[in-house]
Amino acid sequence: MTMKVKILYFASLREAVGQSGEELELPAGVETVGALRAHLAGRGEGWQALAAGRNVRAALNQRMAGADVPIGAGDEVAFFPPVTGG
Amino acid sequence: MRPQVSVQEADFDVGAEIAALSAGRPEVGAVASFVGLVRDVNDGSGVRAMTLEHYPGMTERSLTDIIEQAKRRWSVLGMRVIHRYGRLEPTDRIVFVGVASSHRGDAFAACEFIMDYLKTRAPFWKREETPEGARWVDAREADDSAAARWAEDGTGDAVDESWEEVEQRR
Repeated sequence: MTMKVKILYFASLREAVGQSGEELELPAGVETVGALRAHLAGRGEGWQALAAGRNVRAALNQRMAGADVPIGAGDEVAFFPPVTGG
Repeated sequence: MRPQVSVQEADFDVGAEIAALSAGRPEVGAVASFVGLVRDVNDGSGVRAMTLEHYPGMTERSLTDIIEQAKRRWSVLGMRVIHRYGRLEPTDRIVFVGVASSHRGDAFAACEFIMDYLKTRAPFWKREETPEGARWVDAREADDSAAARWAEDGTGDAVDESWEEVEQRR
């Protein structure tokens, strides 16, 4: 079964990873927002911006989401720095 | 019917927005409003301009969520939130929040609540142009504590804690 998710990156994080988004087939074992973040951080170079200890927020299907929130096929996951609007 | 939430590049007319909150509604006794502006200085550097990036879709949804929360907590008769994105210069308006109510207490409180929550929940990011170059604005801890004081259960506001803080507590 295919497990494709849409991933978006914003602001300084978008610049660090060099892209605004991608479609990704979830690797086996990547079943939560936090696991996806760790997987992406493992790509090296600019992806280190997603590494543990960095101040990163996430959204699942356009709602703020913590690390343990499960993800599945068709989900939209976004990673970004803390927001600075207003 | 006028939209409650607008995310737009264009400027807005503060007077018209305030007037619309009470137009034809004799039950409105108070309208509180807030206007956020671009300043020419931040963290010790001159700011020539800033560009606001946002997350289309989630932005509108989060602002609508915040308005719905305000509606549950206070007696309000009308609310309006406008947030701009794109390139803005000092003195430009960034954000408008207006709340109509029967009395001033609910209008003031709901207006401040919406701004405090917007600062920590609505997905906007500011990039400033300074004489030293462009830089992303860092989130302020003061904004997190301003939002946290509205927590109804007194336990703070998990959404605004860093990922690491939440994980460490487990």
